[in-house]
Amino acid sequence: MSNLNFLKPNKDNLNLFLVLGTLFFALGIIDFCLNNFYEKNITNFLPGYISFFTPLIFSMIGLHFIRIEFTGIKFLDELNKNINTNNFNASLSICIIILIIFSVAPLLNWFVLDATFIGDNKEACTDGGACWVYIKTWFNRFMYGMYPNAEQWRVNATFIIVLGLIGAGYFFPLNYKKYLTFYYVIFLPIISFLLIYYLISGGEFGLEWVETGAWGGLSLTFIVSFFSLIFCFPIGMMLALGRRSDLAVVKYSSLSFIEFWRGVPLITVLFMSAVMFPMFLPDGTYVDKLIRVIVAITLFEAAYTAEVIRGGLQALPRGQYDAAKSLGMGYWRLHLLVILPQALKLVIPGIANTFLALVKDTPLIFVVGLLELVGMLNLAKTNPKWLGFSMEGYVFAGIIFWIICYSMSKYSQKLELKFKTDR
Amino acid sequence: MKFKKILPQFLTLLFIVLIFGFFTMNAQENMDTRGIEFGFGFLTKEASFDIQFSLIDYDGSMSYARAYLVGLLNTLLVSFIGIILSTLLGAVIGVARLSPNYLIDKTASFYVEFFRNVPLLLQIFFWYFAALRALPMPEDAPLIFGSSFMTIKGLYTPAPIWNNFDIFMISLVVAMFVIYFFNKFAKKKQEEEGIQYPKFIISLGIFIILPLLTFIIGGVDLSWSFPELKQLAKTSFTYEGGMGIPPELIALTLALTLYTATFIAENVRAGIQGIGKGQKEAAASIGLTPNQVLKLVILPQALRIIIPPTTNQYLNLTKNSSLAAAIAYPDLVLVFAGTAMMQTGRAIEIVGITMATYLTISLAISVFMNWYNKRIAIQEK
Repeated sequence: MSNLNFLKPNKDNLNLFLVLGTLFFALGIIDFCLNNFYEKNITNFLPGYISFFTPLIFSMIGLHFIRIEFTGIKFLDELNKNINTNNFNASLSICIIILIIFSVAPLLNWFVLDATFIGDNKEACTDGGACWVYIKTWFNRFMYGMYPNAEQWRVNATFIIVLGLIGAGYFFPLNYKKYLTFYYVIFLPIISFLLIYYLISGGEFGLEWVETGAWGGLSLTFIVSFFSLIFCFPIGMMLALGRRSDLAVVKYSSLSFIEFWRGVPLITVLFMSAVMFPMFLPDGTYVDKLIRVIVAITLFEAAYTAEVIRGGLQALPRGQYDAAKSLGMGYWRLHLLVILPQALKLVIPGIANTFLALVKDTPLIFVVGLLELVGMLNLAKTNPKWLGFSMEGYVFAGIIFWIICYSMSKYSQKLELKFKTDR
Repeated sequence: MKFKKILPQFLTLLFIVLIFGFFTMNAQENMDTRGIEFGFGFLTKEASFDIQFSLIDYDGSMSYARAYLVGLLNTLLVSFIGIILSTLLGAVIGVARLSPNYLIDKTASFYVEFFRNVPLLLQIFFWYFAALRALPMPEDAPLIFGSSFMTIKGLYTPAPIWNNFDIFMISLVVAMFVIYFFNKFAKKKQEEEGIQYPKFIISLGIFIILPLLTFIIGGVDLSWSFPELKQLAKTSFTYEGGMGIPPELIALTLALTLYTATFIAENVRAGIQGIGKGQKEAAASIGLTPNQVLKLVILPQALRIIIPPTTNQYLNLTKNSSLAAAIAYPDLVLVFAGTAMMQTGRAIEIVGITMATYLTISLAISVFMNWYNKRIAIQEK
């Protein structure tokens, strides 16, 4: 017990300091929990404002005691290095820990402990937590919109076939690999379109016709983003090349096209496709709402894709162009074989971000009256039998979108690493 | 060779002309059959609809042009608040992501990964229809900071009542000018004679003291009007006096700020990470204090990386504010492209004006930012 200094904890009295520190830290956290969740203030005897800060003070004293360098205990050293380097850092760490406890406990209660999972009507939900029965009851509507229940296998079948076709590219035999681009860029969109036209829309081969107004829910999100994504990429590429062209007319028309779409919000573009576009067509022609929406979103996102690809084109050194030209390559061969493969590799993160933005923008199609997932939520929320469950609906949709977008961004990071070549 | 250059240009031109010609011809024909005349004369007609929230005087007897102005100002208001708040939050989160403290780093990155992967529209709906609806009714609302009430009908805060407000504003402008010239003078002194003034403290002093003086000698007077509960009917209450901020504005600002801040945070992080360690060490080795290193070496370089993508985020925020239409916040899209279009039926003119407005705002911000960028860019010799 030599030179016990409480201001400077040292290794000599390691065990004492560890016990004291842990005790004080635990006291702080317990004080906080009692204050917040059980409405008991164990530090009542202190004036109000001190009592308010006691959890922080206690925990800081605790962390101060265990701040001992080179103890040899691996966990403690890591802890000190990462969250407990000095008093300021310790106080921030405690604030974060308190914040986590403060938010996680009620959330856990709401999500799981007090939530209702079993039942089939509103009356089942009495525990005060989330009412997942609501999601269960409306699940089909959230996924397929107003698509007739008996016909929903058609949507499922289409998605499974398209997913299968996308995956099939992965198993191409080696000597057919050169057709892969053709397969993805031309064959797949056509097949998907035919599938959606004949299978989801129906009307032929004895299948009941389902109008596009009835499509909805998450499957509509997928359909809209899938087609916009496929079409916006080649258009964006052409625009990017056009913007860097030497030909004045091509350059300035691409430039103004890009700047126009980038300057206006998507919601006004959708407004335009809904109310203004029919005025521009010959009287009597009717273009399906869904097609109009897909065209609008495609053009809008193509402008953003074009700017991203342009960034990649600009990043390539001049020597690449000169070398290809000296081999006698023309404009198209030069770009298709030399420039674009390198440029596209560089802009994978940017392209992924544009695609993510596209998926996140699809809910906006409620403007023209198409109801995908978020639109269906707003519809379900106004159903008189199920009033007051908007929170569950939005949380559910939020989680679904988060999973889609987060996995997409993680995948793009993986792709970026895979294609990374040193230059 | 010449033919090869002219042909694609000619084809592009032909394509554009054909499309535009086709559209104009159809539009002409359609409008003829429906008996609509193309023109902007409707702007001066009486709008005869009300707008819930307006920064300037407005009522139904005023013209469509006035309604347009109200919508535009509301859009600018929410964009302005959103830009300021998301910059502050984004900077804090961006720095937090670089913190050596494990907990802070992880919490910040959790926030970023969560909020930027959920559609903005969904977030707006969440705040408006789910979170803010859980607030108490006016009669049960607790007092916040001794003066404000957060209720289901919005936030009620004390409103300032000014006397001679214009004199106060003039004093602020004068203070700005004085500070500008003082800084110029201080810089000159430092460069010529090496004398250093405590620039920041003196500037702050001028900024506070000059406007305060107007209270004493300029006849400026400030008092507060506090919101007070008032019973409208048996079960219907509201607050009188003070300033009422509608829940639509709160939900929209919250969602826009939280969403855009994640992108700004990533820009800030990339900017600070983009500066080599050598810069910091070199600056420290010539004897600069940590504060000076940050102010003179790190920030000027980091800002060059941070500003261009952040400008894009500001533009996105302004454009995203048009989602206000979904929760009935009376912005440009709702007031003009919504209500006004339903009433007049002039789709082409109104959608055209709306798009032109956003285009102007976007181009103006990007022109300003290009100028600013050029000003702070490294001048290579």
